[in-house]
Amino acid sequence: MTTPLLEMRNISIHFGGIKAVDDVSIDVMPGEVVGLLGHNGAGKSTLIKILAGAYQKDAGEIYVDGKKVEINNPRDARDLNIETIYQTLALSDNLDAASNLFLGREITTAFGLVDDTKMEAESRKIMARLNPNFKRFSEPVRSLSGGQRQSVAIARAVYFNARILIMDEPTAALGVHETAMVADLIKELKAQGLGIFLISHDTREMMELCDRVSVMKNGQLIGTERVEDVTEDDILSMIIMGKNPKREVA
Amino acid sequence: MAGGLGKIIKTLQIDTRLLGMIGAFVLIAFIFNIATGGTFLTPRNLFNLTLQTASVAVMATGMVFVIVTRNIDLSIGSLLGVVGMIMGVMQAFVLPDIVGFGSPLIWVVAVIVGLAVGIGIGAFQGWMIGYLAIPSFIVTLGGLLIWRGTAWWVTRGTTVSPLDPTFNMLGGASGTIGVTASWILALVGSAATLYFLFNSRKNYIGHGFPVKPMWAEVALGGILVGAICGITAIMNAYQIPTRVLQRRFEQDGLEMPEGYTEAYGFPISVLIVLAVAIVMTIVARKSRFGRYVFAMGGNPDAAELSGINTRLLTVKVFALMGALTAISAVIASARLGSAGNSLGELDELRVIAAAVIGGTALAGGVGTIYGAILGAFIMQALVSGMGMVGVDSPFQNMIVGAVLILAVWIDILYRRKTGDS
Repeated sequence: MTTPLLEMRNISIHFGGIKAVDDVSIDVMPGEVVGLLGHNGAGKSTLIKILAGAYQKDAGEIYVDGKKVEINNPRDARDLNIETIYQTLALSDNLDAASNLFLGREITTAFGLVDDTKMEAESRKIMARLNPNFKRFSEPVRSLSGGQRQSVAIARAVYFNARILIMDEPTAALGVHETAMVADLIKELKAQGLGIFLISHDTREMMELCDRVSVMKNGQLIGTERVEDVTEDDILSMIIMGKNPKREVA
Repeated sequence: MAGGLGKIIKTLQIDTRLLGMIGAFVLIAFIFNIATGGTFLTPRNLFNLTLQTASVAVMATGMVFVIVTRNIDLSIGSLLGVVGMIMGVMQAFVLPDIVGFGSPLIWVVAVIVGLAVGIGIGAFQGWMIGYLAIPSFIVTLGGLLIWRGTAWWVTRGTTVSPLDPTFNMLGGASGTIGVTASWILALVGSAATLYFLFNSRKNYIGHGFPVKPMWAEVALGGILVGAICGITAIMNAYQIPTRVLQRRFEQDGLEMPEGYTEAYGFPISVLIVLAVAIVMTIVARKSRFGRYVFAMGGNPDAAELSGINTRLLTVKVFALMGALTAISAVIASARLGSAGNSLGELDELRVIAAAVIGGTALAGGVGTIYGAILGAFIMQALVSGMGMVGVDSPFQNMIVGAVLILAVWIDILYRRKTGDS
């Protein structure tokens, strides 16, 4: 068995008296999509926010390529090529697409000033690949549609050569056509060898896109299954009942 | 907007809000000019107007950053007071004993000490806001009381004067650069403007981006150069009164030649405003720091998740505000030639009003440097115009207050119409 690209081992975090994530272990292989499923408040977003550096774990370890790493803030995560696309689309609404795409990692000129034309040119290049219809480069992203905003967020992750991509409900705000576009993109990135964590409520979509799914409930990991070994109903009962009926029988 | 004119403005890519503010300024100027029988729009009055606005204009540029990051700074008036007082005490009592009376080092050291105090206090307040998470309103409201009290305590309420003569040139009519230097400056400024327009066009074409038609580029260049030369001509048209000139000649032990005249040209304080405006505009639009300020204002969580240290950024923003307040303290105390206990009183409100009239949104994320400076000029034009017409003080305050509310309301309507939020 090869070394996982990324492994989170026995992760716990609590807020006040509540254990938001309780001793959870997940991993992802290169070129694999792992889905995280569970009700709202099950701890999925909290778990991946620990990976993204937005929260600090209370216990547990994180390994990249089998080496133990410390992620204390979002900069650490970026340095490890872990990129996150948030459910809330973490964009600054008042800035344009290029400024958002390069936020925190601006291209600068010889004088140390930000090179807006260069960044816009780079943005146009990557957008031509991800979303050829995207044309509104000089407008604040507030005036863009959900799909256009999402493509800015995805472009940000892709441009900086993410190895591990976290997608928190990437299609929640999108229309049918845009959802299909994101699905195609996930398949393309997977083929390039990225490890992807995907959070979604859409079980059918998860069954189609993921190789494995990990189900969480009340902060605990119920189980991780290969999608070909389970049915959509099995997954649903894991989410709702907190157990896998097949395993019970066997 | 009318179809033809609207199209021209759009092609020129001029901010319509900027046009609106210039329009408001011109309107105010013409109304007062009629009401005062033609004395408002004289070189003398416009010269004095720029001198009076300089201090508030410098601070307003810093307030843009503070408000853009969803903070407020109520302490700057008091901070200006304490910095002015410390610089005054340095010049009048401390430094002459150390470096000798009349030494050219006096004003230099005083300004450096003032800047250090301003930056230090600003950074300290920023640290409490960023790292201790105390709301900026509270920290700076406390600062308003603390620093005013400190200024009072330093001199037990007395006014410190006279200040160093060279220092006084940094804010008053005694410090102007003369006609020739003013025109040279206008030429350099015009050349730099045209070079900048040309270079940015070349850069756009180089990346294959769409550019304005050539006539629009030429028109914009013409308007800017015209404005630079126009303002220079006004500053150079104000003749120094004969008795002032006479006194200068007498000081040098010379006799003034018959019929000798000389004009003021640009005051040094106005050049300081210009320099601050240019530097702050570059910082706002072309530096990483400025980009992060606006990113944090637009969405603090997104900025943090993008790896920006928003706490440290807050400290820097308030330290910058402190530095600019110190520069304003130099200008304000130099203009008066003294440092009194009431120096800078209520300036925080004038500065916030200038920034807000200039289109800075209190919700954060939106604001421009030129807007804040124009806002400061509009406010000062209103105040000194009313003074010239003879409007009583209580009415002046009432009108300025009403104008502030009206300006923000118009801004809200404008944003709603253009779809900006």
